Amino acid sequence: MTSRYSAFSLFKEGLAGQKGWVPAWRSPEPKGSYDAIIIGGGGHGLATAYYLARTHGITNVAVLEKGWIGGGNTGRNTTVVRSNYYYPESVALYGLAHKLYEGLSKELNYNVMLSQRGMVTLCHSMNELEIAARTVNAMQINGTDAELYTPEDVRRVAPIYNFEPDARFPVFGGVWQGRAGTARHDAVAWGYARGASRLGVDIIQNCEVTDFIVEGGRCRGVQTTRGTMRAERIGMAVAGHSSVLSAKAGFRLPINSYALQACVSEPVKPILDTVVLSPGPGVYVSQSDKGEMVIGGALDRIPSYGQRGNLPTLEGVIAGLLEMFPAFGQLKLMRQWAGIVDVVPDSSPIIGESPLPGLFLNCGWGTGGFKAIPAGGTLLAHLLATGRHHDISRPFDLDRFVTGRLLDEAAGSGIAH
Amino acid sequence: MQLFNCPFCGPRDETEFHFGGEAGNLRPDGDVPAERWADYLYMRHNPKGPVREVWVHGNCGEFFVMERDSVSHTVSGSTTLGGEHA
Repeated sequence: MTSRYSAFSLFKEGLAGQKGWVPAWRSPEPKGSYDAIIIGGGGHGLATAYYLARTHGITNVAVLEKGWIGGGNTGRNTTVVRSNYYYPESVALYGLAHKLYEGLSKELNYNVMLSQRGMVTLCHSMNELEIAARTVNAMQINGTDAELYTPEDVRRVAPIYNFEPDARFPVFGGVWQGRAGTARHDAVAWGYARGASRLGVDIIQNCEVTDFIVEGGRCRGVQTTRGTMRAERIGMAVAGHSSVLSAKAGFRLPINSYALQACVSEPVKPILDTVVLSPGPGVYVSQSDKGEMVIGGALDRIPSYGQRGNLPTLEGVIAGLLEMFPAFGQLKLMRQWAGIVDVVPDSSPIIGESPLPGLFLNCGWGTGGFKAIPAGGTLLAHLLATGRHHDISRPFDLDRFVTGRLLDEAAGSGIAH
Repeated sequence: MQLFNCPFCGPRDETEFHFGGEAGNLRPDGDVPAERWADYLYMRHNPKGPVREVWVHGNCGEFFVMERDSVSHTVSGSTTLGGEHA
């Protein structure tokens, strides 16, 4: 029986015919009651369960997933990890996630293939360059690594970009974050699932929450397609479907759900070893370890729960990509898909207790949830374990929409999710 | 490419239209508490399935109510904007 991954266990199993590997996580039958229940088996939900068990010693926990773990936005994003935000509150939040990502493979004994290849956000005019200088200054003051790049610097890290004099999106410079990069999205979900399961957490797949049990004004459990489960504390990390569940719990959220598309090309030999984002067409691209170009862009313009995406946005993204990298015109697209993201007016997440006591929220990450998984898990676990905010999550409470203390990162850093 | 129906111009390309918000979200009258303002400004039903929404056709500039399905994207009706988003 081999459960811990190492060079030695790989060697041992090689000699033993690979017969001793055990499943990475258990699939137990649901129990009638738990100390805590987490709805949503994506990265955020699984990370919450892991940190509840690991940091707070609460192991009688269930993660309920209506499909298969990591099958929603965790398996649909473009795997970019970064922390290039403007406001100190955001820097604390995404900085925590970034730092935890850097130690995650070791923490979980699971290779999440974090590749800190750096990311450059381009500037296409002098005005954008001035705003970029402000962003870089703010990031440095807040303790995040950032550099203001000249066109020559951009040419050095992305030589295949279109630097022709008649380029539609000319380069005036850029914001460089060297610690940014990519990570294997499935491995993040599976690593947290394995870690949580080994600490005693029940991961229950194909289990959809159909209603909440409310007694004495508190949330005390859930009805699911696999029976009733009770718990005094319930966390919800269901991204684009947050409004669907909140309607069952009797309250509304400041969320509109949109489809966010991505696509990958056929695999080619190494040609691009950073992440390049162009705000002009709103397109970003990186090359996966398999050699595919992983391409993402802006939200679809139509509120949607259809995990497909609409053609006009995809056309705009591809047209922009070809202006950035004319050489990619020869590539064929292999796959295109969409995830349903939870877009909040101020482009910042919602973390905190919901209007229904006993039910806690982790949502509103919009298009940027993947990079924040370790922080979202840490902070929701803290809320579930203590009933109180962590200092980092306090500014992101739902109450900011009443007090007016919004954290508008679309205005701050130009990151509109 | 999907065609949306503008009640004034007929079927047009989806890129000519902009989402305006959920129908029936009415601005509160008078001196109301901050919670009510937050409700109006930010809180949304955001339903999965049939929806009634206010859209604007960018070309003619008219606002109207579109009924559609947020999963299948099937459009079932487009009507001019009546009183109280009726």
